[in-house]
Order: sequence, then structure tokens, then C-alpha cells
Amino acid sequence: MPADTPVHRLPAHCKVAATGLFVLAAASAPREALWVYALDGAMLIALAAVARVPPLTLLRRLTVEIPFLAFVVLLPFAASGPRVAVLGLPVSRLGALAALAIACKATIGLLATSVLAATTPLPDIVEGLERLRVPRVFTAVAAFTVRYAEVLAGDFRRMRVARLCRGGDARWLWQARDVAVTAAALLVRSYERGERVYLAMVSRGFTGLAPVGLPERPAGAAAWAAALVLPAAAGAATLAAWGWPA
Amino acid sequence: MGGGRPRLRRGTAVHIPDGFMSGPMALGGGVVAGGGLALCGRRAATSMRERDLPLAGLCGAFLLAMEAPVIPVAAGTGGHLLGGTLAVALLGPWMGAVVVTMVTVILALFAGDGGTTALGLNVVNLALVPAFVGYPAILGWRRVLPAGRLGIAAACGLGAVLSVVLAALLFTIEYAVAGTVGVPLGTMAAAVLGTYAAVGLIEGLVTALIVRALLEVRPDLVRVARSPGP
Repeated sequence: MPADTPVHRLPAHCKVAATGLFVLAAASAPREALWVYALDGAMLIALAAVARVPPLTLLRRLTVEIPFLAFVVLLPFAASGPRVAVLGLPVSRLGALAALAIACKATIGLLATSVLAATTPLPDIVEGLERLRVPRVFTAVAAFTVRYAEVLAGDFRRMRVARLCRGGDARWLWQARDVAVTAAALLVRSYERGERVYLAMVSRGFTGLAPVGLPERPAGAAAWAAALVLPAAAGAATLAAWGWPA
Repeated sequence: MGGGRPRLRRGTAVHIPDGFMSGPMALGGGVVAGGGLALCGRRAATSMRERDLPLAGLCGAFLLAMEAPVIPVAAGTGGHLLGGTLAVALLGPWMGAVVVTMVTVILALFAGDGGTTALGLNVVNLALVPAFVGYPAILGWRRVLPAGRLGIAAACGLGAVLSVVLAALLFTIEYAVAGTVGVPLGTMAAAVLGTYAAVGLIEGLVTALIVRALLEVRPDLVRVARSPGP
């Protein structure tokens, strides 16, 4: 989501760290503290507004949650403990509370990563992880993965269309061979692409683990302070909900 | 979204989301994952041939591309490949674990699948189980099964079944110790293990079919076929 807002301009590693801390703070809140979830959610929505993330984009990303929510909805019925009547149905109080808290925490986590993803290109996130001292092997692999995921997804789509055109429409498990052969063909193509990429890199002077190359752009104290405002607020809310300071 | 940004199409959410497990459990998962990954990362960096890096990255991209539901289960529904065992079979346990970990991190941070605070637990279940249990299991099965392509493919498939069922078992134990949801353990265990027995069979079947197809075209790409020992 390219745009030029203060959120977009923050260095990626500050945003990655801030997202992690914010979600950690929200996930540590006690389950009864619904006001903490409301506050955290409101902060994220405000942040999304500042970053000019379209509400539809956020909603679309929340659909990842749907299968999970279907499971959570069953909790009040499956859980044990004292029952209370909701709309004439006996549900477990503990289960209902837990379901609400889980749904809130998962939604906050999703909203936070949505804002991160909408304001930070994926290659920058990988670069941010490297700045956060994630070892080189991990970030180097991730850099390749990120660079080629779209290419391979496109390859896979085209192969699927080609298969459909020839009448290969696998719908049942015993037709899995079709899919496996397509996947294996894609894997061979990916690996052969990897070998060509390697040769191209060697011919341009590649000598080891250094394809990422960080541009020198360390974050100043101001950037860190700005990034940590929301996690600090969420952390304070969680602490207050646990009754600290007393 | 356009330009050079990967479009990640998601199937169903399979990873543990934020808030599902208690804080100490999530923290414990993070510590275990950190320790295991430090080992895997060090071994991967030392045992790696120079040209393995692009291959490992492309393997990760392959797993991301296969995240879309591609495996037919019944009309209209589909599962997707978890791929942990496939990765360790192709790249060896160390690099395989590194690749699956980074795919999990990318999915959590960029596609919203799996919670940021549950990353440790997800990495343990999805990357470390295949590396530390699935890979030795493949090597063990290879000793029992007849040599040849079919034997290797079957060994990988059986390793995949074991990894998936064990990951589901581990999830159930994690839940028993630290679940925040209050569903009786028996109900949860039956639901999770029942579902994942089926998922494991599909994963095993597809892993075996992919490995077999690969062995026909490029046997040199399958690590477990190259080296008999760990």
C-alpha cells in the first residue's frame, strides 16, 4: 500500500519490533479486561487511519480469522464450568469469556500485522529482521523466498490453468496425483531457477552469505520513540488491568 | 496490491493465533524455538554448500506458493501442504528447519496466519518437529523399506505422517498445559487428533508423490536420497 505517511516513513525494524511488543502487551492482558482490548483496538484503528490504510483492506485481511472464529464460537458450548443462559441457550461462563478474549486477542494481532504489512513492503520487513539481529542464514533465505514467492505463485497459477484446459480438474482425494505432479514440476522448475540464479550471482561476484546488503540507515532515537508510543500505551493498559501499580 | 509485492492467498488458518495459549506457554515455546533454531542456524551455515542458499530460498518460495489450498479432499474443499517434512527431506534437517521457520514468520507478519506471540510454538510444531523427528524417521524408514525410488518416497511420506500427527499431539499437550479456552481435554484431543490424522495422511500422500515425481526427474535434488546418514 504505497503512500507517504509518518507510519510509512518509520524504519522497518522499528515497526517490526513495535508490532511484536504491541501484540505481546495485548495478548498478556487478563481475559476479563475487555476495556484493554477495546483500547488496543481503538489505538490500532487510529494508527490505520493515520497510515491511510483503506478500511476494506483491513476487513479483507480479517477474513483469515473466519475458520478460527467458527471454532471459537463452539467454545461456550463445549467448555465445562458453571452455565449461564444466553438467549435461552445454556453456555459455559468460562468458555464464553475465554472465547471473547481469544477472539479479541487474535483480532488485535491480525490488525497490528495488517497495519505493518500495509505500510511496509515485505523485503523491508526482512531487512528489518536482519537489523534486529536475526542471524544471516535466516534473513538471506527469507530474502530469496520473498523475492521469488510471487514468481512461483504466478507459475503455479499458469500451470493450474493449463491443467484445467486439458480437463484435469482434481476435486477428490484419489485425484491427488494430478496436483502432486503439478507441484513436483513446479518444484523442479523452482530449483532449476535457483541454480540459474546462483550462477548469475556467482558471475556477478557473489562469494558467500551476502545477497541482502543493508543500506546504512540506522534509526535515530526519535524514530524509536515514535514507534514505541503505542506499545508503551498498550503495555501500561495491560499492567493497569492486572492491578499494577496497586 | 501490485508491483513487486508478493500476493499471498490463504487457505484456512492452521497456525496457533495470539491469545490461544497462556503467556508463560507462549514464552516457553519461544525459548525452545530459539534454542532449537540457534542450533539449526549454526549447523545450516556450516554444512551449507554455497549454492544451497538460492535453492533453500526457492524452496521457501515454493512452500509459500503452495499455501493456497491445492490438495483436493472432497468436492469444494481443499487442504494445503504444510511442507515441513518435504523441506527437510529436500534440504536436510538444518536448512529445512530454517526455511520452514522463515515461511512461518512471513505468514505471521505478512499474511496474518498465526499469532506474533505464538510464533515460538508454531515454529516448534511446524519446523523443529520435522527436523528433529521427521528427518530421523525418514532415515529409519529408509533402512527398513526396499531401496529405490518407491522406497525413498514411501519413507518421506511416512515421515510426513509422523511429523503431522506428532505436531498435533504436541499442540494438544501444549493446550492441556496452558490452553486458555477451558474445553475439556478429551473433547479437544479427539477433535484435534481426529482432524490431523486425516491431514497427516494427505500430507504423507502428497509428500510421497512429490518426492517420487522429483526422483524421476532430478534425483540429485532430494537430500535424503543423496546421503544415507544424517
